[in-house]
Amino acid sequence: MTVLLLAEHDTAAIADATLRALAAARQIGSEVHVLVAGSGAGAVADAAARLDGVARVLLADSENYDQMLAEPVAALLASLADGYDAIVAASTAVGKSVMPRVAALLDVMQVSDVVAVDGPKTFKRPIYAGNAIQTVTSSDATIVATIRTAGFQAAGEGGSAVVEAVSGPEPAALSEFVENFTVTSDRPELTSARVVVSGGRALGSAEAFERLLTPLADALGAAIGASRAAVDAGYAPNTCQVGQTGKIVAPDLYIAAGISGAIQHLAGMKDAKVIVAINSDADAPIFQLADFGLVADIFTALPELTAALEARAR
Amino acid sequence: MKIIVPIKRVVDPSIRISVKADGSGVDTSNLKMSINPFDEVAVEEALRLREVGTASEIVVVSIGPAKAEETLRHALAMGPDRALHIETDEMPEPLGIAKLLRAVIADEAPDLVILGKQAIDDDSNQTGQMLAALLGWGQATFASKLGIEGGNAVVTREVDGGLQTIRVGLPAIVTTDLRLNTPRYASLPNIMKARKKPLDKRPLAAFGLDTRPRLTVLKTEAPVTRTAGVKLASVTELVERLGRAGII
Ligand SMILES: Cc1cc2nc3c(=O)[nH]c(=O)nc-3n(C[C@H](O)[C@H](O)[C@H](O)COP(=O)(O)OP(=O)(O)OC[C@H]3O[C@@H](n4cnc5c(N)ncnc54)[C@H](O)[C@@H]3O)c2cc1C
Ligand SMILES: Nc1ncnc2c1ncn2[C@@H]1O[C@H](COP(=O)(O)O)[C@@H](O)[C@H]1O
Repeated sequence: MTVLLLAEHDTAAIADATLRALAAARQIGSEVHVLVAGSGAGAVADAAARLDGVARVLLADSENYDQMLAEPVAALLASLADGYDAIVAASTAVGKSVMPRVAALLDVMQVSDVVAVDGPKTFKRPIYAGNAIQTVTSSDATIVATIRTAGFQAAGEGGSAVVEAVSGPEPAALSEFVENFTVTSDRPELTSARVVVSGGRALGSAEAFERLLTPLADALGAAIGASRAAVDAGYAPNTCQVGQTGKIVAPDLYIAAGISGAIQHLAGMKDAKVIVAINSDADAPIFQLADFGLVADIFTALPELTAALEARAR
Repeated sequence: MKIIVPIKRVVDPSIRISVKADGSGVDTSNLKMSINPFDEVAVEEALRLREVGTASEIVVVSIGPAKAEETLRHALAMGPDRALHIETDEMPEPLGIAKLLRAVIADEAPDLVILGKQAIDDDSNQTGQMLAALLGWGQATFASKLGIEGGNAVVTREVDGGLQTIRVGLPAIVTTDLRLNTPRYASLPNIMKARKKPLDKRPLAAFGLDTRPRLTVLKTEAPVTRTAGVKLASVTELVERLGRAGII
């Protein structure tokens, strides 16, 4: 079994999601190749070649792939598909847009959001917002899968693969990049952070969200998350949303502040090692799965918690 | 401009499903069913394009059992012109759905197809992208803003790092994120009117397509469930417990 893994990168480094997807790829097949696409991605290809378990790196050095638009990237992957038993990517916005397109070009079904590899063609995946786990086996000649990365450990260094140049078909001009609004932050990345502090609708404003959650996140070295209600109300950017339709996190510690615990929110965080819930309603559903619950008003509890953590650090 | 909106009948998002004890699947009998929430957003977006004069005709399409007609009538009550129901008791996988929709599109020749980004039952997030590939069309997934400008769809997409705007030539596939709009409620008169709107029915077999599943479900299990821990009396106690557990 030879597996082709689509890498995501920013021309400087490989995304953490890809490093985790590599762990799943290694469970699917004995030989893993990594595709690095985009202009000026040579240094990233060299870094990919040093990853533990990578046998070969394919470098498609072309500006056609700079924004990872689905149409050209899918055409490139489909053109490379011959000789691969499986083609995989992390379940990121890019992976989710590109891979079903690849699957349709190859006339195969995609296996979405793999959480466990049971065999080369057998996988576990969540359905109904994680309220059921299916084990599926594919009858297709080529496996196309996206990997839900939270449950896999990032691969480390230790390999010495060769880098080989490849090129894809000249893309048909179907879509065109206009602009990015990137939310930058010095905080740990939400999907790989060890600690996540999330706020819900109860925060009531963007100002309160910032004032109450930022210092707490600073004290814990945490990433900041949010419920959909908080994002919809404009208290936090969409990049912070945790849940069925947001990001999936599995940190060591997850603090849910003023979040009720709707099924769709739980879908994104119930694999955290330790869950803390702070909510003024003792019957809030979030308490049914919190390890430590505090029935309290967040407007007093959060500053108190921040102060206590800061005092501990001194 | 003509718009097609494919909609799926799913278990209502507020319902917590349960897994059958023998591992054979999810028990969906007698549960409240609804239009997939993302598809309701897709219908709303099409209606808004018609209201500003960009779209002239909106057709909703659903593949599913006899009861999918209820879901199509619900959508028609929001405002679309007509509906197509492809009847089947066996729900095809996204690849099969995409092939059926390709056949519908060959007949209807729409300029734009708006789908939900994912169905909340299978959580596949595939059909729109597959349909775009089968048609050789451009795609804009996870839309939170959509505009039509001179033969293009200009779409702002929700991506991991923030927002991305792309321009896709028409005809195109767009898939919706929930923040694209807030769907309207159908008024009682519109619900009545929807009963008389044209609703075409065709059996799946009439399409002559192979939509047999490629994936076999070996088993369906309940996830590992967490149990409630302890309720603590104060922030001091919380910090102390987290410290003792070695978490902070
Ligand atoms: C298809 C679909 C997909 C969805 N995807 C997601 C998703 O990915 N992520 C997501 O989060 N949601 C998602 N949702 C929405 C979800 O159903 C809930 O509506 C949402 O999670 C609620 O957010 P919340 O807990 O912040 O708000 P609420 O449910 O309004 O809860 C607020 C909580 O704050 C508590 N509270 C109020 N004041 C205080 C105070 N002063 N101190 C302490 N506690 C207080 C209340 O007791 C309450 O429990 C989705 C919904 C649908 C239909
Ligand atoms: N049975 C169906 N009938 C009509 N449209 C569907 C059907 N299944 C999926 N779709 C469309 O495809 C989208 C994505 O579904 P999925 O790929 O299954 O997550 C949905 O939001 C619908 O717009």
